[in-house]
Amino acid sequence: MELTSFTFKKNVKKKLSDARLQNNMRRFGGRFVEARAKVMQEVDNLEDIRVAAAAIRDRSLAHLDTYLTLFEEQARQRGTIVHFAETAHDVNRIVIEIAKANQVKKIVKSKSMVSEESGLNDAVINAGIEAIETDLGEYILQLAKEPPSHIIAPAIHKSVEEVAELFAEHHHTPKSTDIPALCREAREQLRPHFLSADMGISGGNFLIAETGSVAIVTNEGNGRMVTTMPKIHVAITGIEKVLGTVNDFSTILRLLTRSATGQSITNYVSVMTGVKDAANADGPEQSHVILVDSGRSRLLGSRLQQALRCIRCGACMNHCPVYQNIGGHAYGWVYPGPIGAVLTPSYVGLKEALDLPQASTLCGACQVVCPVKIPLPELMRVLREDSFADGLRPWHERLSVHLWRFTANHPKLYGFLTRYVVKLLKLMGGKSGQIHWLPGLDGWTEGRDMPAPTGSTFRDQYKAQRHER
Amino acid sequence: MKVGLFVTCLVDMMRPSVGFSAIDLLRQAGCEVVVPENQTCCGQPGFNSGDRESGRTLAKRFVELFEECDYVVAPSGSCTGMIRIHYQDLFPENPSLQQRINQLAERTFELTDFLVNVLHIDQVNSDFKGNVTYHDSCSGLRELHIKEQPRQLLKSITGLTLKEMEQAELCCGFGGTFSVKLGDIATRMSDNKCRYAQQSGAEVIVGGDLGCLLNIEGRLRRMGDSTTQVKHVAEILTYKAK
Repeated sequence: MELTSFTFKKNVKKKLSDARLQNNMRRFGGRFVEARAKVMQEVDNLEDIRVAAAAIRDRSLAHLDTYLTLFEEQARQRGTIVHFAETAHDVNRIVIEIAKANQVKKIVKSKSMVSEESGLNDAVINAGIEAIETDLGEYILQLAKEPPSHIIAPAIHKSVEEVAELFAEHHHTPKSTDIPALCREAREQLRPHFLSADMGISGGNFLIAETGSVAIVTNEGNGRMVTTMPKIHVAITGIEKVLGTVNDFSTILRLLTRSATGQSITNYVSVMTGVKDAANADGPEQSHVILVDSGRSRLLGSRLQQALRCIRCGACMNHCPVYQNIGGHAYGWVYPGPIGAVLTPSYVGLKEALDLPQASTLCGACQVVCPVKIPLPELMRVLREDSFADGLRPWHERLSVHLWRFTANHPKLYGFLTRYVVKLLKLMGGKSGQIHWLPGLDGWTEGRDMPAPTGSTFRDQYKAQRHER
Repeated sequence: MKVGLFVTCLVDMMRPSVGFSAIDLLRQAGCEVVVPENQTCCGQPGFNSGDRESGRTLAKRFVELFEECDYVVAPSGSCTGMIRIHYQDLFPENPSLQQRINQLAERTFELTDFLVNVLHIDQVNSDFKGNVTYHDSCSGLRELHIKEQPRQLLKSITGLTLKEMEQAELCCGFGGTFSVKLGDIATRMSDNKCRYAQQSGAEVIVGGDLGCLLNIEGRLRRMGDSTTQVKHVAEILTYKAK
């Protein structure tokens, strides 16, 4: 996916003034938030499950090599071919190699955010192979030539009207804003592709080491078709997604669907193991799993390791007041919201995404809802420390931090300076008592006044009072 | 009981009356209040900007100034959160200093939390009359679980009606230096907050953190609302009719 996280501030300006987007975001607003809150009420030991889920993820990460080796052995025994992709580029290369070796002309895809990291669709199409997204949201975006803006609801930034326009234009049908009709239309368009594709590509929500299985959690049914109808199935997922046992998966699943869409369970939960055998009528004849590193192993053993616990539910972004106002595209890469503010700098480099860890008030709403208890504000602070230590922040910001630290550590200087600063601020506030423009703090005064102080500090007033006595 | 007041740098500069209100509340409750003269800032602005050294330098100063107190109280959930939570692992190389800091951190409380949960106060001396709505500041709410404490005290005032706004727990967009670095997002967030607060029908928006209050008031005034008042909870709890 094209990287624009380095122009975050510019992206934000554009998104905040995009009336259509703002309208769509408002309309969608708290729907996932409300659904999650409601469905969590049916879980009476939520906190215990969160603790257990975090421990399961931590165990996977602590013994990642062991679990991956076990997964590979088990998958291989059941006829699955396991590939390791060190970089995003390797993902595309491996997929194209498999396709070329099998004379694949058409690929159907179900949702995979990892494939967005490497821009798989473009690479495949450039290699002369047709690739069709079959998740409804992804299908809409493929027509619109846009990247996803949310990890589980990729076209959440689009309104029904926009989808209706797109469909009318691409399907040459009369424009309709009836949602069931639009879904039927998409289904009719996609069915021939399912029947004629030579290869299906899916993501993998989890890998189960003890059985060598790939698990996917979906709602639309396209995932089932993509993974069973074509002769070849390729699952692409990150190395961190491995779980030890089917039991581990069932614990995590209890939280994943509830945290994501607010469903007790999704319409489909598929655990796919090996290739079709004589006993099965359905299933692929060839099964591949591509395990992607692409920056993940760098986080192991680092202060950011906990980010790898992520089970991609999207709750952090749904609950983030920054995301709610700017949408996912502003973040400029595959993963938006708080988890994106941690993963993007980690995967593409801090320099390329310098403003993302700053794009949070550290309000903590994300951490409270994260099903695997990732301390997201703390991880953003770690990245801020890295940017500060590496001298990546603007010079005036670094200077003011140093000056404030020095001043606050010298009480006499602090007392002297603040005495005159508050006098000046009072003057600037004038009759209204509101300061309309503050040099150096224009980020504040562009949109808000600064209530002026009363003109003397607490410490001076307190000293004077004690003197009077 | 000797209680050290940590005034906080924002209150010191921007609204000293909050500090005096806090002193009144503590004295009315029978505390001996001390205000160490050389106190400045808890270090949070630098710490959250990525400068760990800001936290370390000022944590050290904090412990030296307040160690002799039985308790420390601050009229701010975010500064208290900095001390109670984030001072915890600043000195891995100096366990004895870290231990001193942690022991003091355990005795450090946000003002309303201290009044309700340590002093068990259920009544305050305030003449305030009118409708207020309470904004839950993020650090106080999510780091220190301050939710009922200020409401309990506010509700004890006879003439006061608490009108809850929708989304009282939604961040107002302050976020310390965030409000300057990413001012346009902060402004949009404060817009949302102001809308919910205005819809509550309260004449006064009350909160426990001056940063949030300046942010909310600044946006209200810029939008042309010159009537909705924005007050620190300590000011309401000690309000005297003139």
